[in-house]
Amino acid sequence: MLAAATIAILVVMLLAIIRCIVGPTLYDRILAFNMFGTKSILLISVLGFLMGRPEFLDIALVYALINFISVIGVLRYSDSAEFKVAPYKPHSTKEGEE
Amino acid sequence: MNLVIEIISGLSLLIGCFLCLSGGVGMLRFPDFYTRMHAVSVTDTLGACLVLFGLMLQSPNGLVLIKLILILLCTLFINPSASHALAKAALRNGLLPLEGKPDNQGGNKPSKL
Amino acid sequence: MTQEKKSSFFPSHRLILLLTLALFWWINSNYSNPLLLSLGAASIMLVLYIAQKMDVIDHESHPISLSVNMATYLLWLSKEVVLSNISVVKHIWLGNSSISPTLATIDTRQCTDINKVIYANSITLTPGTVAIDLIDDQLTVHALHKDDIDTLKTGDMDRRVRELEN
Repeated sequence: MLAAATIAILVVMLLAIIRCIVGPTLYDRILAFNMFGTKSILLISVLGFLMGRPEFLDIALVYALINFISVIGVLRYSDSAEFKVAPYKPHSTKEGEE
Repeated sequence: MNLVIEIISGLSLLIGCFLCLSGGVGMLRFPDFYTRMHAVSVTDTLGACLVLFGLMLQSPNGLVLIKLILILLCTLFINPSASHALAKAALRNGLLPLEGKPDNQGGNKPSKL
Repeated sequence: MTQEKKSSFFPSHRLILLLTLALFWWINSNYSNPLLLSLGAASIMLVLYIAQKMDVIDHESHPISLSVNMATYLLWLSKEVVLSNISVVKHIWLGNSSISPTLATIDTRQCTDINKVIYANSITLTPGTVAIDLIDDQLTVHALHKDDIDTLKTGDMDRRVRELEN
């Protein structure tokens, strides 16, 4: 069961990476990155149980805090020009570039 | 008794993984940023809860249990704040939702677009 | 620094913070050799010093007074979270035609700041609704489906959060 959970979480992380690459806006990428971080917390916890080493939970706790701080740290710069999104048009792909 | 705990743990791990997978699929299928955010919050709340709950039932001693509860609490407190900050930054920088109608936006919403 | 203003309740909050930090250190390290314990004491003192310098130790950092009705509210909230999880997962597998994203402004009748925070965080924690902005008494909420907004507008959650106050 634990191995199946590991594989499922790895698949979810893969989906998050795909969304992170596809975009289209910068915010989608940040969201995908946040989800990747949360899933890596779960992955580390499950791996700790799978390998019989519950000390991994400390690392998972640190990852939880780092994940939050990195998202807030990126959003700290949300006043800068790269974060501005063009007014919404149904099929504009211009905001895809970072 | 041991078998019952084992079965409940496996079941909650299974449902949690299914919810996480659904969230990942929703992340790819949904049309715009704000709707994707709802898909992510599925994996963050009940998905993480069930996976960690399944691990809690297998925990060998009390300290591991407390640490798992700490991780769960961190996830539950941190993720709403992070997604709120993200949504607020996106709205303030002009990323409009997909079907936000203009009459819904203009009149009563006191935001700084 | 601002001791003279807050001297009536300042020490007890600082004591609670110290005990919480000590418990947290002990849970996370669980070693009892003198070196690690003294390192823990030093870091607790550092955190206390920084917190006092930032002037963030007040009644809002330990909302213990809210805990009377908190248990029933948390039970109700977890029921809501489970229900809305099921609904969002259903929408994910049904596809894009089944959703109707909505951005709306709803009123809240919470009085204190901490209740507003609890209310907005509960809305964000529930999948399907995200609280985006909070200005005075107006919350901007994005919902995956129009029914979620209608459910919020009936004010059930608002009333329950307001009952936490006393």
